[in-house]
Amino acid sequence: MEMPLPEPEILARRSFILDRLAAVLPKDGLIADAAQTRAYECDALTSYRCAPMAVVLPRSTAEVAAVLRICHEEGVPVVPRGSGTSLAGGALPTADSVVVGVSRMTAVLETDYPNRFIRVQTGRTNLSVTAEIENQGFFYAPDPSSQLACAIAGNIAMNSGGAHCLKYGVTTNNLLGVTLVQMDGTVMEIGGPYMDAAGLDLLGVLCGSEGQLGVVTEATLRILPKPEGARPMLIGFDSNEVAGACVSDIIRAGIVPVAIEFMDRPCIVACEDFAHAGYPDCEALLIIEVEGSPDEIDAQLEMIAQIAKTHHPVELRESRSAEESRKIWLGRKSAFGAMGNINDYICLDGTIPVSSLPEVLRRIGELSATYGLDVANVFHAGDGNMHPLILFNANLPGDLDKAEALGADIMRLCVEVGGCLTGEHGVGVEKRDLMGVQFNPQDLEAQMQVKDVFDPKWLLNPAKVFPLQASASRRAAIA
Amino acid sequence: MRPDSEAELAEMVRTAQEPLWIMGGGTRRLGQMAQGHILETGGMSGIVLHEPGALTLVARAGTPLALIEAELAQAGQRLAFEPSKMARLQGRSGETTIGGIVAANASGPGRIQGGACRDSLIGVRFVDGQGYVIKSGGRVMKNVTGYDLVKLMAGSHGTLGVLTEVSFKLLPKSEASATLRLDGLADAEAIAALSRALGSPFEVNGAAHLPGVGTFLRLEGFAKSVAYRSAQLRMLLGGDVMTDGAEALWADIRDVAPFWEQAGDVWRISTKPSEAATLGARLGAEAVFYDWGGGLIWARMAPGTDVRARMGSVVGYATLIRASAGFEGTFGHFAPEPAPVAALSAGLRAKFDPKSVLNPGLMG
Ligand SMILES: Cc1cc2nc3c(=O)[nH]c(=O)nc-3n(C[C@H](O)[C@H](O)[C@H](O)COP(=O)(O)OP(=O)(O)OC[C@H]3O[C@@H](n4cnc5c(N)ncnc54)[C@H](O)[C@@H]3O)c2cc1C
Repeated sequence: MEMPLPEPEILARRSFILDRLAAVLPKDGLIADAAQTRAYECDALTSYRCAPMAVVLPRSTAEVAAVLRICHEEGVPVVPRGSGTSLAGGALPTADSVVVGVSRMTAVLETDYPNRFIRVQTGRTNLSVTAEIENQGFFYAPDPSSQLACAIAGNIAMNSGGAHCLKYGVTTNNLLGVTLVQMDGTVMEIGGPYMDAAGLDLLGVLCGSEGQLGVVTEATLRILPKPEGARPMLIGFDSNEVAGACVSDIIRAGIVPVAIEFMDRPCIVACEDFAHAGYPDCEALLIIEVEGSPDEIDAQLEMIAQIAKTHHPVELRESRSAEESRKIWLGRKSAFGAMGNINDYICLDGTIPVSSLPEVLRRIGELSATYGLDVANVFHAGDGNMHPLILFNANLPGDLDKAEALGADIMRLCVEVGGCLTGEHGVGVEKRDLMGVQFNPQDLEAQMQVKDVFDPKWLLNPAKVFPLQASASRRAAIA
Repeated sequence: MRPDSEAELAEMVRTAQEPLWIMGGGTRRLGQMAQGHILETGGMSGIVLHEPGALTLVARAGTPLALIEAELAQAGQRLAFEPSKMARLQGRSGETTIGGIVAANASGPGRIQGGACRDSLIGVRFVDGQGYVIKSGGRVMKNVTGYDLVKLMAGSHGTLGVLTEVSFKLLPKSEASATLRLDGLADAEAIAALSRALGSPFEVNGAAHLPGVGTFLRLEGFAKSVAYRSAQLRMLLGGDVMTDGAEALWADIRDVAPFWEQAGDVWRISTKPSEAATLGARLGAEAVFYDWGGGLIWARMAPGTDVRARMGSVVGYATLIRASAGFEGTFGHFAPEPAPVAALSAGLRAKFDPKSVLNPGLMG
């Protein structure tokens, strides 16, 4: 992975810059000691590491603004960071950068049930937002599997999704407003506790901009009343094609389940070995969850069962109790753990049109055979968001390169059938160099123009999203 | 000017020396057209792709909304955001196009649950102010590849580019619908009732209050489920399920029918529901009604009334949708933004439309 070389000129002024930062932060707010900055050398994409020049952990928007103003004046790159769970290397530092971590900014600023929103500092974790409002019967809908750890800050920057987004949408559909600190330290409110203000949708373009347009310190989030109940059903099939056709029929019938999860044989086997969830021995498995009152749930599951039966499932298991629901979800929820247990893996997340599902799975199988690396598939089938897990051995020289090459081929395949490189994890450094597969130079130019406006010196989160050649002239002009 | 293709449009914009006033059906255009040319999108029309099993639709920007709705109805599907038609409110005769809907991010009552137009929009192609063809998003439901220019284009009123193609995710049409009607509630009580309903697990997807007429809650879904949920809501709030006229009622709310052929300026205000009743009273309007559980106020005002001044410090945003004859230039259609936000918006317009030829001055 190519990264821009650190500016010697910045490194030479290191102690002067650190003194300036220390002057605007509380005593424990600046970390410059190499032993400690190492904790920030990577996110969940651990194959790439680089400790930053320093880490700051502010407690308020004002402190963030003061830090950014100094970095702007000194020409120092800034890498915003939430909890560091990005799978795309979105929070990977450069050696001359300052990491601005919001992990100490976890306060709930306002909860408003009649108007159905919550305002939080963005270092707060996703799950603890829901925890705050749960006893009033509300929840925050986007639920990435990493929700115990990941912060609202990272969710906004990556426009993260979750298992339930088929019904409730992803982060951008649940975000009402933010407090944004621009690179030069300017603080502004964008959006607020109301819907669809006119004016350009700056909030829409901020969400998913991977920390390259500003540091988000506070967020107003839409909250929803919890459904009365939810229950899953498990259906096993003897081919991926048939499982895919069943998904399509369910959608055509007018049913919108909250979740439709798909697992293929390699994934089923690994999960079963790991979690002993009692999954059937079959080629493809669907877990479908519906919500509502007990009667509503029964009625929907009945309709889904009817449809599934026309596809001759090898197994059809409707949950009858909380314990059975837990068992149905058990394998799926431990999928990543199961894979991590037997192998190193890369997790991709390209989206494809649902109709291409069988073709794409077949071709991933062929690619996997060609490369000699196993691929297990577990994904959100309702919206076509794939999660191929490429299994490799990090201790085997060359295996990571091979896995990455296979990953690139799978991503190209997703684009070729009409889909995209990433459905929820973001581009980061991981997919940066493949952007040209999906976009032509003009498309990328338009995106980079947005960055020119928000961050004219291109100091925020360097070397992410755009191929280095594409951004080279801009970075050179400023250096 | 009426290009028949994206390439022809790109050439027109590339060579444009004078402002281009972009027009779909001309039904919801805001602002005055000064010198320059009208650029009609109607030549770029037609559905490019409708894949019912994947809940996706791609259409050229000049496609009439009616054509899209007919196609979707045939497949038992719909657009979740319930696009509105503004021709009657504006006293115009054109036909609403899908590109115009997107350019205005226009959403009806269903927005409260199904999201706004921008939430259903999953891809765009457009020609920017220099004549470059640009795409963002695509035809899949989940996509975080690169910056989300899709959202930026929705609601940009043609000031960043001329849309040529738009893609949506769809919803199945509901099997059944029921509307609960509550009578005799004052505005504040009515909005409190709407808030209670929207805070319940019963999946309300329409919540409006028409002062002097009634307070309305809509439920949609499978028949049994709708019956169950409307019974639950009645236990919570009272009221009766309407036996007829509900569909027309929601269409009227969507298209602002209460203000058709009524004199005065028409304003649209986004606010917090809990402030809506106070704000509604403070406006001194000729008439108001409330949608989105009180989060959206439609107000008909005596010509030339400064609604933004009357709002005072109330949280929210007022857009002038229809100015009375003789008062066209009195207020900007769009509320002034705080300086740093305005600077970013202006910066984006300068990048996407450096010649300042696309609906110049409309948004600021
Ligand atoms: C086991 C596992 C499961 C996962 N499951 C899912 C899933 O189901 N769905 C999903 O979408 N993702 C998933 N992820 C990916 C990841 O959790 C998300 O991308 C998450 O939103 C990242 O949040 P974070 O706080 O950890 O951000 P970080 O990793 O710290 O940063 C992510 C990006 O956000 C930027 N950023 C951070 N803070 C700010 C800020 N204050 N202002 C501006 N930019 C900022 C960073 O620069 C970086 O580009 C998973 C990850 C793991 C490890």
